[in-house]
Amino acid sequence: MSGRIEPESISRRDYLGLAGVGSATAAVVFCTVGMLRLPKPRVLPDVSGLLRLGNASKFPPATVTVLPEHKVCVFGTDDGIAVMSLVCTHLGCIVQKTETGFDCPCHGSKFGPQGELLAGPAPRRLPWWAVSQSPDGTILVDLAKEVAASEAYRA
Amino acid sequence: MASHSSPTFLDNLKALPGNLWNAIFRHGRPTSDRARSQAVFSNVFLHIHSARVHPHSLRLATTWGLGVGLVAQFIILTVTGILLMVYYMPAIGMAYDSMKDIHYVVPTGRVIRNVHRWASHMMVVFVILHMMRVFYTASYKKPREFNWMVGMILFVLTLALAFTGYILPWDQLAYWALTIAANIAGSPNELTASLGFAEGFKPGDVLKELLLGSSEAGQHSLIRFYTLHCVFLPVLTTIAVAVHFWRIRKDGGLARPQGTPTPAGGHPPKVGPAPSMAAPAVQVEEAPRKTYGLMCVVRDRSPHTGKDPDETVPSWPYLLRAELLVFMVVMLMCVALGYFFDAPLRELANPALPENPAKAPWYFLGLQEIVSYSAFVGGIVIPTLTIIGLGLIPFLDREEEAPGIWFSGPRGRRAAAQAAVFAMIAAVLTVAIPVNFGWLRNWFPGIHQLVIIFVNPGTLLTAAYIVWSLVVIRRTRSTRLGGIALFTCFVVGFVILTYVGTYLRGPNWDFYWSTSQWPGH
Repeated sequence: MSGRIEPESISRRDYLGLAGVGSATAAVVFCTVGMLRLPKPRVLPDVSGLLRLGNASKFPPATVTVLPEHKVCVFGTDDGIAVMSLVCTHLGCIVQKTETGFDCPCHGSKFGPQGELLAGPAPRRLPWWAVSQSPDGTILVDLAKEVAASEAYRA
Repeated sequence: MASHSSPTFLDNLKALPGNLWNAIFRHGRPTSDRARSQAVFSNVFLHIHSARVHPHSLRLATTWGLGVGLVAQFIILTVTGILLMVYYMPAIGMAYDSMKDIHYVVPTGRVIRNVHRWASHMMVVFVILHMMRVFYTASYKKPREFNWMVGMILFVLTLALAFTGYILPWDQLAYWALTIAANIAGSPNELTASLGFAEGFKPGDVLKELLLGSSEAGQHSLIRFYTLHCVFLPVLTTIAVAVHFWRIRKDGGLARPQGTPTPAGGHPPKVGPAPSMAAPAVQVEEAPRKTYGLMCVVRDRSPHTGKDPDETVPSWPYLLRAELLVFMVVMLMCVALGYFFDAPLRELANPALPENPAKAPWYFLGLQEIVSYSAFVGGIVIPTLTIIGLGLIPFLDREEEAPGIWFSGPRGRRAAAQAAVFAMIAAVLTVAIPVNFGWLRNWFPGIHQLVIIFVNPGTLLTAAYIVWSLVVIRRTRSTRLGGIALFTCFVVGFVILTYVGTYLRGPNWDFYWSTSQWPGH
C-alpha cells in the first residue's frame, strides 16, 4: 500500500493558468483544423465523365480521328472502336498528332501511334478509355475507367 | 481650484491647427540633426531606420540598393495592383475580356498593367541579385542566420506572387501554366504508382484539388488564385518583410567588414572565440532583480559602449536621401519599360490545344527544363532541396569571419570562379547529352519508371553540384568556400538552364539553335 507516489502539489494559480493556456491552445488548434477543411472541395465541379461520340458509323475501320475538344483520339478498326486519351501522362498537356505518333508540346514526351511511351518524362503510356454502345448505337466513352489494350476495342 | 481660467472655445479654435500638428508630430520642426533624429525615432513610418547610420551602409557597393529597390517594387506592385482590381473580373468568361478592356479602354490602364508586369519581373531579378549580394559578402553569418531564412521565404513568396499573377488573365499561358502546376502538385502519384501502390491511392490529388478546387483548371481555380494573389500572398509577404526589417535592426544593421567602426546599437565584430551573442540570459543575471530598462535589453554592455557617435551620420537626411534615390530609379525604370513595352496577352485559354511550345515566363524556364526530365523530382524534390539547402547554408557554414567582404577575399573569388566553370560545363552536359544521345528510355525501352524518376539529368546535375561543394570543403577545409561553390553552382545552373529553356527549346520542347530553325519558318 506504500507504492503510491503523491503528485507534487500545484498551486491553484498555476493550475488555472495552465488550464487556461491549454484550453486556448486546444481551441485554436480545433478551429484551425476546422477552417482548413473548407478549401478541400467535397464535390468536384467537373464536366461529365461520360462522353457521347455519336453513331459508330462515324468512325469506319482504318481511321484515326483526333477529337481535341474531348481530349481523346478514336481508332476505328475491323475489330471495333477504341478510344485513347490525349492528355499527356506527364503533366496534363494535350498531345498533338505527328508522323511518328503523338508528341507533347510542353515537356517533350513522345508517344507511338498507339500511345505507347517512346521517350521523355511521361511515366506511362496514354490510357485507353472503356468504350460501350448504347441501345441506339451511340458510342459511349467512360473517361473515368481505364482499360487494358486487349479490352480497348468494342464493335 | 480653478485658479487658472480654462481656455475658451475660441482659444481652442485658434490653437486648433497648431495643436493638431503637435498631436500628429511629436517632434519639433526638422531643422537640426537632433530634431531630425528625434523625428526618425518617434515617427512610425521612419522608425524602421535607426536614428544614425554608418557611412559604409550608404555606399552603393555595399548593397547596390537592392533591398530598398525590392521595397519600392513591392509598393509599386501594391498600388498598381489595387488599381487593376478596379476593372479586373475573376470569372473565366470575363477575365480575358476585362484584360482587353484594361489594355484598350480603361484610361491609363495599359500603362498601369505594364508597370505592374515590369515591376514584378524586376522584383524577381532583384530578389536573386539581393540574395547573391548577401551571400557573397557573407552577410548571412551569425547573427544573421535567421534573417537569411526569412529572405528565402520572401524569395519563394515573390515567385508565388509572380506565378499566381500570370494565371489571372486566363489566356493560354495562364490556363496551361495552371494545368501543369496543378499536375506537378499531383506528381507524387507518379512515385506511388511506380512503387506499385494500389490504383486508388493518390496522395498527390489532395494538393492538386486544393489548388484547383476541382480536378481540372476552371472557375474554381481562378477564384482561388485571385484570392491567393490579391490577399493571401501579399499579406504573408508584408508580414515577412516586417520581420526581415526588424531583424536587420536587431542583428546590428547592415553587415560591415572588420575594422569599420560600428554605430550605436550595433555590436562590433569580434575576433577569437564565438562572441556570446545570446547574451540576454546572462545580462538578466547580471542585472539586479528589479524592473530594468533599455540598457539591460540591448545586446551589449550598454547601448553606447565603446562607440564614438561621430563615426555615424544621421539617417535623416543621408539614408532617406539614398532610399529616395533608389525609389526614383526603380520607378523610372518601371514607368519607362511600361510605357514602351506592352505586357503580353496570349490567345484566350483553350483547354483543347496548348501552345506549341508552351513556355512559362523566363524565371520558370530553368525549372521547366528539369521538369522535362521528371515531373516529381524536377518539379518538387529538386526545388524543395534547393530552397532547404540554401536556407540552411548559414547553419552548415559557421566559420567566424567578418562579413561585408565580397567573396571573403581572393580564395573565395577563386572558389567561385572554379565552381562557375564546373557548373557551366555540368549544366551544358546535362542538356547536351540527352539532346544528342537520348536518355535511359531511348536506350532501354522497358526501363522501370522508378529509375527514370531518380536517375535523370536533373538529379545527376544536382548531385554533381553537391559533390563538387563537398570536395571543395574537403580540399580547402573551409565550409565557407564550400558554401561559395554550392551557391555559385546554383546561380550558374539557374542561368544556363533558363537560357536553354528560353532560347534553345522549340516546338515539342525539342532542341533548336535558333527560332529560325523551328518548323514552319
